[in-house]
Amino acid sequence: MARAVTRNARIGWTIAAWAVALLIFFPILYTIITSLKSEQEAIAGFDLIPSFTLESYQTVQSQNNYWRPFMNSVILSVGSTLLALVVAIPAAWAMAFSPTKRTKDILMWMLSTKMMPAVAVLVPIYLIFLRTGLMDTRIGLTILLMLINLPIVVWMLYTYFREIPGEILEAARMDGASLRDEILYVLTPMAIPGIASTLLLNIILAWNEAFWTIQLTTTKAAPLSAFIASFSSPQGLFWAKLSAASVMAIAPILVLGWFSQKQLVRGLTFGAVK
Amino acid sequence: MGQITLQGVAKRFGEVEVIPPLDLTIEDGEFVVFVGPSGCGKSTLLRLIAGLEDVSGGRILIDGKDATDASPAKRGLAMVFQSYALYPHMSVRKNIAFPMKMAGMPKPEQDRRIEAAAKALNLTSYLDRRPGQLSGGQRQRVAIGRAIVREPSAFLFDEPLSNLDAALRVGMRLEISELHNRLKTTMIYVTHDQVEAMTMADKIVVLQAGRIEQVGSPLDLYHAPKNVFVAGFIGSPRMNLFTGAVAADYGAQTIGVRPEHIRISATTGKWQGRVGVSEHLGSDSFFYVEGTGLAETVTVRSGGEVGLRHGDTVWLTPDEGKIHKFDTNGDRI
Repeated sequence: MARAVTRNARIGWTIAAWAVALLIFFPILYTIITSLKSEQEAIAGFDLIPSFTLESYQTVQSQNNYWRPFMNSVILSVGSTLLALVVAIPAAWAMAFSPTKRTKDILMWMLSTKMMPAVAVLVPIYLIFLRTGLMDTRIGLTILLMLINLPIVVWMLYTYFREIPGEILEAARMDGASLRDEILYVLTPMAIPGIASTLLLNIILAWNEAFWTIQLTTTKAAPLSAFIASFSSPQGLFWAKLSAASVMAIAPILVLGWFSQKQLVRGLTFGAVK
Repeated sequence: MGQITLQGVAKRFGEVEVIPPLDLTIEDGEFVVFVGPSGCGKSTLLRLIAGLEDVSGGRILIDGKDATDASPAKRGLAMVFQSYALYPHMSVRKNIAFPMKMAGMPKPEQDRRIEAAAKALNLTSYLDRRPGQLSGGQRQRVAIGRAIVREPSAFLFDEPLSNLDAALRVGMRLEISELHNRLKTTMIYVTHDQVEAMTMADKIVVLQAGRIEQVGSPLDLYHAPKNVFVAGFIGSPRMNLFTGAVAADYGAQTIGVRPEHIRISATTGKWQGRVGVSEHLGSDSFFYVEGTGLAETVTVRSGGEVGLRHGDTVWLTPDEGKIHKFDTNGDRI
């Protein structure tokens, strides 16, 4: 940097940055704090020092089995992501490497479906699920989550594939590679970082999805988002237990996100800077 | 063998005709350069020969066999791209081995050819590196290595030196020429650089707007350009072209005189002018003469050192035997 940054300015900026970060993180922090309180403390009012009791976690686990919704979350998020990749890879491939006049329009159209409020199609989808017996089934939700996130998956993969220079694929063709060889030996190895970050992001999106999973499940297929919701209404408001359930629901994805930070940032900013 | 014949080959992108039907024969073992300004269709023509683009009309014969609809892999040609197009996730060894692997060649034979190519191209100590760890010149050599191990019937080069710096370009130019002398394989080379064309080619094909303007040896093109376009394009610095009264004196619409065919003198001559910019290279001197009334500037090349400076009044005399005359269509008279 050409300008010398004074020590004071640097300290000031550091404090500001931490303050903003804390502000953003605070709701999650307060959830964790509340989960470590007793119910009496939790309703008593704002207090940052809990009594560090694990009572709420024990109640949550004993009253409502945590592992069932946890497994549902894993199955739904991983399942819908893999399914989305199977559909999206060939789609993105075709659009990136043999685009037509309409390719851009199709991409925009796909993205535009994400702009529609989900409530707008709640009734028809609810009825379809009810009539076809898909209500509260893992398979039904897996397909639905796949379809919801498909536009983003296709878009991300398309951006990735676009970064692969066409000349390299042409070189492979000149070198005698068949379409299968070209995909297997040249394209896929080059696209793996892109596929991986798309996979990670989509797992997170599917894991966090709460609207459809709450509407279309009751018990059998309910994932963690529905698990949290179940603490808010039927038993009245038990803040500590609700917080404990929330922490247990977000913990796995927080850990996954933490370990794949690099991959995710690269995935989301890919193509933005060269 | 590597004789390539184009019969009425044409290419359209939608409504736009980039290459009107053209005929061309490239003999076995020839070094042919396609040259022309950017957008003239030279790369498209190369890609049609390679099979990376489909022709809109006409036939392509390779060694007498119709290859018009054959896939790139089936044509037995190797291509070197401007961007090198190496496989970034493979080592140099694997890059060079790739076409042989695709052809199902036995491993010992692959290794033998890789060693030979690496030795010829000075790549032996880089075989286990990735392309990202190599310099531009080394990458270009890997791309050439990948092409030669296949022992193709012809090499196609698409502006292979444009991404290299000037010094490296001269070196690689010599290497490619030496490669051609050694292998005696047909080579088709696309460039917009007429110096590359003049120095490397057995035969130059000058293209403009997808049309072939002239086909000939470098010196044919230099001494007898078929039209004004070729006259202006081939030669460095470019030929002086004059129209108007001075051309009419010679019974032509346009006349052309190369800078090296004009004598410059401080005392006597045919056309009077004033020295504008002058460049002194030691071996040669270039003068850009203004105020002659013939053209905005007249370029003159003079051997050795000439003691003329900016603003000096000078006299120019063309070598009458070396004046090129063109008619109203721009064709040579």
